[in-house]
Amino acid sequence: MIEDFRDLSGLQLDALKEIGNIGAGNAATALATMTQARIDMSVPQVGILPFHMVPELVGGADMPVVGIYFQVTGSANANIMFILSVEKAVFLAELLMGLPPSYGKTLGDMEMSAVAEAGNIISATYLNALAMFTQMTFIPSVPAVGVDMAGALLDGVLAQYGEVGDYVLVLENKFKKEELDVIGHLFLLPEPGALDQILTALGVNF
Amino acid sequence: MSNIMQVGMADLKAVRSPDKLMTAGLGSCIGICLIDKTAKVAGMAHIMLPSSQTSRGSSNRAKFADTAVDALIEQMESMGASKRRMTAKIAGGAQMFNTGNSDIMKIGERNARAVVGALNEKNIKILAQDTGGNYGRTIIFDSESGDLLIRTIGLGERTI
Repeated sequence: MIEDFRDLSGLQLDALKEIGNIGAGNAATALATMTQARIDMSVPQVGILPFHMVPELVGGADMPVVGIYFQVTGSANANIMFILSVEKAVFLAELLMGLPPSYGKTLGDMEMSAVAEAGNIISATYLNALAMFTQMTFIPSVPAVGVDMAGALLDGVLAQYGEVGDYVLVLENKFKKEELDVIGHLFLLPEPGALDQILTALGVNF
Repeated sequence: MSNIMQVGMADLKAVRSPDKLMTAGLGSCIGICLIDKTAKVAGMAHIMLPSSQTSRGSSNRAKFADTAVDALIEQMESMGASKRRMTAKIAGGAQMFNTGNSDIMKIGERNARAVVGALNEKNIKILAQDTGGNYGRTIIFDSESGDLLIRTIGLGERTI
């Protein structure tokens, strides 16, 4: 049983990175189909981070962002958070609704709903790819959407990991449009108990 | 000239007047601010969870309401403050997402109750409290005046 994320070997981390790759590859394709735009993803990053470092990945604890959060249950428990800057959320909503880009526009109900739906599709595609690869079942909750400081949106999720340790395992994927703009960050945070099952399914639990 | 010391998630720090303490992006977490105006020493803790009792194997005292209050008092006393003279202000403890899972999402409320309980137990008077709601807070504590500035997105600023 993995009690501490810091006990993971390099091989195990590479295997986790690979599932991030497969999941995000499928999610990027789904997003590209929806928006009719070329969507790329960066090489996934896997990190074992102290809690305060997680908001830094999206620009700092007081950065205003949109967060779409899912609890994942099934064969293994995890949390997924799709985070984008407010500016990029407007951009993504316009892309989805087929509108020309406007500058300085704020997020209305319509835009929020479009972004939540994008988050939903990205997460579901990501989890489907994971499920196929590992032969496991993952069930996402309905999305919860928030617009606020990155630290504030993340801390309640991170607190769940605080009961068992001081670190969190983060699989991060960045989605980009035409290789330039980072649209959003997808974070998968498996719970410590869930890691054993995932690593066994990947054949690297030793 | 005063410096602003940053306090991270699950972290605590103490300073002497006129330095300031700041923590950014409090959601369900709580910023506990203590001050001894006579000794001119102030401290801030950014806690994530209500109780160290339910956790397994964590040595970080700043993470929990109960242990963070103890650790912050100790650190301030080592700088010449006295617990009898300390007063407190607290902020945070929001519920950021409205989902079906009440257990996780009520964490802010449980944090707030635990912090109030821990301060009462130490007989530290809470002068002001800004907890709850569904929005994030960035806070700056002035060790000279004892003012706590609270910044939000969309709901302006206030000082308690």
